Amino acid sequence: MHELSIAMSIAEIVEEEARKAGASRIEIVTIEIGTLSGVMIDALQFAMEEVMLTTSFSGAKINYDIVTAVASCEECCNEFVAEDLFKVCPVCNSSKTYYIRGKELKIKSIEVERDN
Amino acid sequence: MCGTCGCGEENKITYRKAGEKEKLNLEHAHSHSHGNEEYTHDHHHGHLHDHFHEHDHNHATGHATIIPLERNILSKNDLLAERNRGFFEGRNIKAYNLVSSPGSGKTSILERTIREKGTELNCFVIEGDQQTMNDANRIKAAGAPAIQINTGTGCHLDASMVYNAVKALDVSSDSILFIENVGNLVCPSMFDLGESKRVVIISVTEGDDKPAKYPDMFQSSHLCLINKIDLLPYVDFSVENAKETALRVNHHLEFIELSAKTGEGMDKWYQWLANIKTS
Ligand SMILES: Nc1nc2c(ncn2[C@@H]2O[C@H](COP(=O)(O)OP(=O)(O)OP(=O)(O)O)[C@@H](O)[C@H]2O)c(=O)[nH]1
Ligand SMILES: [Mg+2]
Ligand SMILES: [Zn+2]
Repeated sequence: MHELSIAMSIAEIVEEEARKAGASRIEIVTIEIGTLSGVMIDALQFAMEEVMLTTSFSGAKINYDIVTAVASCEECCNEFVAEDLFKVCPVCNSSKTYYIRGKELKIKSIEVERDN
Repeated sequence: MCGTCGCGEENKITYRKAGEKEKLNLEHAHSHSHGNEEYTHDHHHGHLHDHFHEHDHNHATGHATIIPLERNILSKNDLLAERNRGFFEGRNIKAYNLVSSPGSGKTSILERTIREKGTELNCFVIEGDQQTMNDANRIKAAGAPAIQINTGTGCHLDASMVYNAVKALDVSSDSILFIENVGNLVCPSMFDLGESKRVVIISVTEGDDKPAKYPDMFQSSHLCLINKIDLLPYVDFSVENAKETALRVNHHLEFIELSAKTGEGMDKWYQWLANIKTS
């Protein structure tokens, strides 16, 4: 359900940044989203489509850059791809692990057109 | 609700202190808490990895510029949360964000805490629910100042709501502020309120697979209260299973088993609060 809040935050930031940059048109918005960010990608896409209709960039293309989660083991320092939050080290079987990547939830860039 | 986000859906957030007739008229700094959209979808991990970036539009005529932003999408909430946190630290207010599914016993635990330790601990309470003054009234009856935030359709509290509520409640220094979040194990996990510690509550009537179903909340919490242990003889709930699963998500998580009804285990909770207070 929070994907709608997230989509609205994205729209707000994008419009704010585009205004700052003096853009006349927003072409592409690139969003970076970790597989363990807590946001469901398809729910976010759905919410984005809805939210964009009420913005000045309803025709823009949204790129979703997915960051695969990687965890590191406190016991043996092994790094491994974490499929979910139950990240057990495949080498030593320890669950004393922490994330290096995968929690990202940010707007990487926008591609805009300026009038002059 | 937000002029800036252009969302057409009117969702009014209201604030009212327990024992007062009037709702407070608070300007909300900024908040996004529209949770009234429902959608179902299948979640396939496979498709996450097979998207492409096509840059197939025509650059010839326009003046396309890529503006790198690297901006956290929740940065507005996170900034406000840090502001709250600084305020709390400066005044030695220990703030606890209590999260759980509906009905796990958050308000009951607070009522008992206030009745038994209220004077010693100097408690203030922010209650978050979609509707009604019920919980704030229960807290006031137990003996602590309380303010109710009604989020309407919103499914979580955010930092700006807490900011407004703290101002209105006039929380004093050297105190404890309990923030009872909206009953929901999903959405509140993403919204930092500026709390000192996050406390997740599960009750033994919910099934011991809660940590497996809602790992995010257990991952972001410091303490897990397992409530309603007076009912353990009547339900199939393995405390060990619940703990073991939660620990796989978050090996730093602490646990306290208690019953807000009988009072069993409450002393351990008070001990935990006391330790945080002096540390
Ligand atoms: N048997 C038993 N019942 C409890 C206990 N704690 C709470 N309850 C009951 O559980 C129900 C819900 O308790 P609340 O304290 O309102 O729960 P809550 O988490 O604040 O609920 P929401 O604010 O609606 O999400 C009430 O009927 C309580 O009396 C307990 O330790 N044992
Ligand atoms: Mg309650
Ligand atoms: Zn290891």
